[in-house]
Amino acid sequence: MNALFAFVAGLVFGIGLIVSGMANPAKVIGFLDLAGTWDPSLAFVMGGAIALGALAFAYAKRRSMSLLDLPMQLPTARHIDRRLIGGSALFGIGWGLAGICPGPALVLLGSGAVKGAVFFAAMIGGMALFELAEHLKRARPNDVACDYSNLTDH
Amino acid sequence: MSIDWNHFTPWAALVGGLLIGLAAAIFVLFNGRIAGVSGIVGGLLRPRRGDIAWRVAFAAGLALAPFVYRTFAALPATRIDAGWLLLIAAGALVGIGARYGSGCTSGHGVCGLSRFSLRSLVATLTFMGAGFATVFIVRHLLGA
Repeated sequence: MNALFAFVAGLVFGIGLIVSGMANPAKVIGFLDLAGTWDPSLAFVMGGAIALGALAFAYAKRRSMSLLDLPMQLPTARHIDRRLIGGSALFGIGWGLAGICPGPALVLLGSGAVKGAVFFAAMIGGMALFELAEHLKRARPNDVACDYSNLTDH
Repeated sequence: MSIDWNHFTPWAALVGGLLIGLAAAIFVLFNGRIAGVSGIVGGLLRPRRGDIAWRVAFAAGLALAPFVYRTFAALPATRIDAGWLLLIAAGALVGIGARYGSGCTSGHGVCGLSRFSLRSLVATLTFMGAGFATVFIVRHLLGA
């Protein structure tokens, strides 16, 4: 049952990305190009998404279980550190280079775009490098136990 | 700065954004989870029992969205300008950066800002700033 709702959520998310223009990398670059002729559309995507999202999360925060009786797993991390800022900066550079972030990468993959598939493969490669680095860090015996990764998974 | 009126699509953007917000709402209210694509997909590289099916289902929903959309209307045209090498570098940066930063445009940008999380606001401002700077350098300083 939870997989069914996850599928529906993913599907609605993907259709939203297509309708909004987020799944078109050229349009995303047009939004990120402040110094050129700027296309502000994507600010409206964020506005629409957050308007509905804020209502849902306000309700979700007051519950300990979901409507399917699954535990409500909202992030608890509050720290702002080098990992957060450095990682986000790298992500932003990659986003600016191609105009593709993870959601649209899956939509482009599904649409059969070869370049979308190549980007997706490289993205999975980058995620695998992260897992490898984390694994090696955990394997080091003298490392300070400071693994927040379970808490901060968005 | 000048506005690109030819490509400005506020209504489509708003409707699409509402759909994205609806997806995040469905996911948190029914599954109790954050609809963050990089975390959902990245978690598959650290597979744990009972933690796989919903991740695959969410990713499959995203990937099948173009098929479903096509049954109602023609897919809007998309264009990827980046060359192959740049595309691979960009993908790797997006993958590694989103995992180190614990989220991407969906997890921090949509869900995090909807929760009024300061941490997600910092992440969002950082990746938006890096994105603006990167496009400025590539388009206007390097002239690509």
